[in-house]
Amino acid sequence: MKGLIVEPSPHRAAPITTQKVMLQVIIALLPAAIAGCVVFGVKAALVLVTCIASSVIFEALCRKIMKREQTVSDLSAVVTGLLLGMNLTSEIPLWMAVIGSFVAIVITKQLFGGIGQNFANPAIVGRIVMMFSFTSAMSTWAKPYWYKESADVITGATPLASSDGVEYMDLLMGRCGGCIGEVCALGLMIGGLYLIITKIISPVTPLAFIGTVAVMTAVTGGDVVYQLLSGGLMIGAFFMATDYATTPLTSKGKLIFGIGCGLITFVIRNYGNYPEGVSFSILLMNLLTPYIDRLTRTKPLGAKPAVKEAK
Amino acid sequence: MKTLRGIHVSHDKATQDCETAAFPLPEKVIIPMSQHMGAPCKALVKKGDTVTVGQKIGDTDAFMSAPIHSSVSGEVVSVEDFLNSNGSVCQAVHIKTDGAQTVCPDIKAPEISDKQSLIAAVRESGLSGLGGAGFPTHIKLNYDAVKTPIDTLVINAAECEPHITSDYRQLIEEPTAVIEGILMVQKYLGIPHCKLCIEANKPKAIELMKEKTASIESIDIVTLPQQYPQGAEKVIVYSATGRIIGEGELPSNQGVMVMNVSTAAFIKKYADTGMPLVSKRITLDGSAMTKNQGNYIVPIGTPIQNLLDYTAAENPQMVLYGGPMMGITLYDTMQPVLKNTNAILAFKEVKLPKTTDCIRCGTCIRTCPLNLMPVSIEAAYKAKDVDALKELKVMLCMNCGCCTYACPAHRNLAETNQLAKGLIPRPAPKK
Ligand code: SF4
Ligand code: SF4
Repeated sequence: MKGLIVEPSPHRAAPITTQKVMLQVIIALLPAAIAGCVVFGVKAALVLVTCIASSVIFEALCRKIMKREQTVSDLSAVVTGLLLGMNLTSEIPLWMAVIGSFVAIVITKQLFGGIGQNFANPAIVGRIVMMFSFTSAMSTWAKPYWYKESADVITGATPLASSDGVEYMDLLMGRCGGCIGEVCALGLMIGGLYLIITKIISPVTPLAFIGTVAVMTAVTGGDVVYQLLSGGLMIGAFFMATDYATTPLTSKGKLIFGIGCGLITFVIRNYGNYPEGVSFSILLMNLLTPYIDRLTRTKPLGAKPAVKEAK
Repeated sequence: MKTLRGIHVSHDKATQDCETAAFPLPEKVIIPMSQHMGAPCKALVKKGDTVTVGQKIGDTDAFMSAPIHSSVSGEVVSVEDFLNSNGSVCQAVHIKTDGAQTVCPDIKAPEISDKQSLIAAVRESGLSGLGGAGFPTHIKLNYDAVKTPIDTLVINAAECEPHITSDYRQLIEEPTAVIEGILMVQKYLGIPHCKLCIEANKPKAIELMKEKTASIESIDIVTLPQQYPQGAEKVIVYSATGRIIGEGELPSNQGVMVMNVSTAAFIKKYADTGMPLVSKRITLDGSAMTKNQGNYIVPIGTPIQNLLDYTAAENPQMVLYGGPMMGITLYDTMQPVLKNTNAILAFKEVKLPKTTDCIRCGTCIRTCPLNLMPVSIEAAYKAKDVDALKELKVMLCMNCGCCTYACPAHRNLAETNQLAKGLIPRPAPKK
């Protein structure tokens, strides 16, 4: 008898794969993505499709050119593309969206070695680079079409940038201006909850992130509900601050990461020049992640403090 | 009960109701001279010698070793080099059986009256840990009662690996031998408490042992949660006593002795008969086996090929010594049954999951019973960063495989940990 398989133990594996994890994330993003398309119409859907398609193509091309194993089937590029699209306004010219995907996939992810190797969240870097490059296009917001007589675009401010009061219920249900995926806080919360229940993400990061913003706002006398439901907080806290590759590994690390994001978001929102601080806060904390990881290692069971070797 | 983390694997205990039968005597046995941790034994027989069942055919003066006995009667056809499944080479005695199974005339029940005579008897019996690593039992029994007093004997009947049911059959078929073996060890070593630990998926065994030990105060039956790896030494000690075996420690440092349930039963049987360890109760199972799956008393040295033939194994792609989680793959089916073999599993159509890049999901950290960080250990191993490996306490890893099992990228984390251990210089032996 020959050809017996010889391999190290264990000889069984859980039925989970990277692809299945990514699929869960995509499913979780769908409620908010669909809500965004309902609110902003076909244009929004086009932006999302463009981002996803270009991300997937860039990913496939990169792997091919770099002669690495093809990884598009792990669906991580779909997640990146979808997240990036959801972070854009429905008014963005599609070629700009493609550039965003390029920055996200090629520069931020693949040049650093692909999945799990990148130090910053690709969708966030894509968004921030676009924000600096195409500032005006990136802040041309469509008014949700059920607020308008005509379906045509009116440049409106995102709730965070406008001083007009917006009803809480509108924020929750997405009846407000903003990025495609940011507007429906309820959809994002459902998706986030789904990921927590299916154990794809840990609840620590979103709780710490959102909690910190809430506490800081309350302490300084701000409008807590408004701060929580508006802008990119929900999508950031549930979907971007929980990105595996760019955030800490342990619960302690995730706690620090979440609190850090919350503090930076609060400071930028209240004292900075940009109305929206979520992306920057996550990016900054991404950069700190290796250090947080080193400081928040687990304590193995039965570990003893290192003894100095006696000479 | 406080316990450590782990994973849930399907039990697949299809053979649990198969009563143990005697396995047909093979034509030939191959008995390696190294079936324990320490130095290999020297063969005491040569080509052409006639041997009998229970005759000592290998021994050594080395510390960590146990003698080896013939499992059959017959003629030594050769003594030749043998490649162990761990890669080391030792001698092996090949014996052609004569079918008579004549018992060695020297065999008589040992006299056991105190700790020293128990230890001497256990050494002569050739017993070495029936659970896995092959730690000679007499060394374990010969602990220093002054430096590390032991108050609890933990009997391991967790059998948390899928498929394997040999310890379960031991409990069901010979409960009295188990209990009397435990009582002997307790009596001669002066260990006041015993915790007999059985995983919750064996309610019948738990019931039976509770009934049989109802009047014995020193033995507690502990129901372990259904979770792999409850049978790992550190985990079972924690579940049974709440004690943590620290870095570089043996269970005795925490006042605990861990013994496999079949080991305890064997001690009792040896005390009664003097027949050394020459056969093992073994589970035969797995998708490739098409008939006769079950539990058998198999002579040590029986080639695995005989077991596969007997169970009409069809094109097995993977044959394991032991369970799917920690078992060792065989590269050659002429490898024999060893003292520590508790199951031979043969599988067909094994689909190996593809290893992909780590996504840093942290699942491996969350599943490790010992709270280790396999993902970080892997990174440190790749970077050959010995200091980081030390800080990450890779030496604690017990190779249980939970991390590899749960990893969505199917990285061989447990294996990497074992390789990483090799990078850490061993502390110089204390003079
Ligand atoms: S479980 Fe696998 S993919 Fe996840 S962090 Fe550990 S090694 Fe990486
Ligand atoms: S790191 Fe070691 S002890 Fe922890 S789960 Fe992996 S193999 Fe088991």
